[in-house]
Amino acid sequence: MFFLSAPEGGESTHNPIVPIWQEIVVGSVAFAVLCFVLMKFVFPRMEQTFQARVDAIEGGIKRAEAAQAEANQLLEQYRAQLAEARTDAAKIRDDARADAEGIRQDILAKAREESDRVIQAGKDQLAAERATIVRELRTEVGTLAVDLASRIVGESLADEARRKGTVDRFLSGLESTGAR
Amino acid sequence: MFGQANVLAAGQAAFPPSVEDFYLPSILPWGAHDSYWITKFTAMIWIAVGVLIIFFLATYRKPQLVPTKKQWFAESIYGFVRNNISVDMIGHAGVRFAPYFTTLFCFVLLTNAFAIIPLFQISPNSHIAFPAILAVISYLLFNYIGIRHHGFVKYFKHALIPPAPWYILPLLIPIEAFSTFIIRPFSLAVRLFANMFAGHMLLLVFTLGGFAMLNANAWLAPISVVSWVMTVALTLLEALVIILQAYVFTVLSASYIQGALAEEH
Repeated sequence: MFFLSAPEGGESTHNPIVPIWQEIVVGSVAFAVLCFVLMKFVFPRMEQTFQARVDAIEGGIKRAEAAQAEANQLLEQYRAQLAEARTDAAKIRDDARADAEGIRQDILAKAREESDRVIQAGKDQLAAERATIVRELRTEVGTLAVDLASRIVGESLADEARRKGTVDRFLSGLESTGAR
Repeated sequence: MFGQANVLAAGQAAFPPSVEDFYLPSILPWGAHDSYWITKFTAMIWIAVGVLIIFFLATYRKPQLVPTKKQWFAESIYGFVRNNISVDMIGHAGVRFAPYFTTLFCFVLLTNAFAIIPLFQISPNSHIAFPAILAVISYLLFNYIGIRHHGFVKYFKHALIPPAPWYILPLLIPIEAFSTFIIRPFSLAVRLFANMFAGHMLLLVFTLGGFAMLNANAWLAPISVVSWVMTVALTLLEALVIILQAYVFTVLSASYIQGALAEEH
């Protein structure tokens, strides 16, 4: 190949296909420096950044999924609690209603009893008073009637009447007609 | 670095351009023709390395989960090479090669881009030394990976013996050996070098051609203008080639590694 680099007519002293060794040295050193710096300090860090980015995205998705699951779980829990609370409330309402009904019945019963008792007492008293009055009246009416009749007849009928029970019979007869 | 511009301004440029236009006088010592340590080319290489290191360190000093604009830009370069070259070509195992491929891609892209960046206006890759280094690294890399993955004997058996009838093998094995172990690194280096070399040569031809016509005869001025318009158009084409060659170099390296890792043909 070196025969090509021979001067042709004294004009060309260089052959472009034959490398200059000084340039090979300079180029090798320069490219080695470039490779060292870029391959040691730059591109591995880029690869790390890419990886970190992938992790960040995947981690974000995972976190979002976890949060979603937690939210779903909480929702379920709240729903269950709500349903429970609703059942409880219904039960309490039912209980209260039943209680109220019971109390009402109790009060009513007591009131009825009380009123019955009051009425009974009144009736008894009335009956007792009536009996007293009747008894007194009977005596009085008998006396009055006998007195009146004695005046009219002019003689004392009192002993007679007492003896024969006439007044009593008469009054009994009046009572029975009155009762009719 | 301004030598070219001065030459153009002085109207001294020789036409047609020759290979010598790719070998500029060195910077230190100034103007020497046989010193290659500090030249425009090595300076451009160091500038490319410096720019890339500063860019990536600055944008990735404090990486955040939610990236800033700059961080996003740096990440999308890496993400492009990682997903669209490494993983696409090699599969999931390709992720571990992504840092090297990204470094390779950025380096080739930026050094290629010098071909059309004002004041640079020539790509270091138009000197074969630089593509050759990268090609040799790719070559060593895919062979090393293959040997480590399969073992020495199995790797060469795997690389050299295609699944073919035995009587065709005497023909196929030399072809395979030649193409895999000799042609691959050579073509990788030459493809990039030749593209950059030819691109610069084209731009030189049309730019210097315009000056040459103008100097030869003032009546040719309109044609000079056409020539310079062609230069602009070719610069756009060159932009395409710059990106394409950086991509191709990286994809082919990835493809060789994929081939070395593959279980079957």
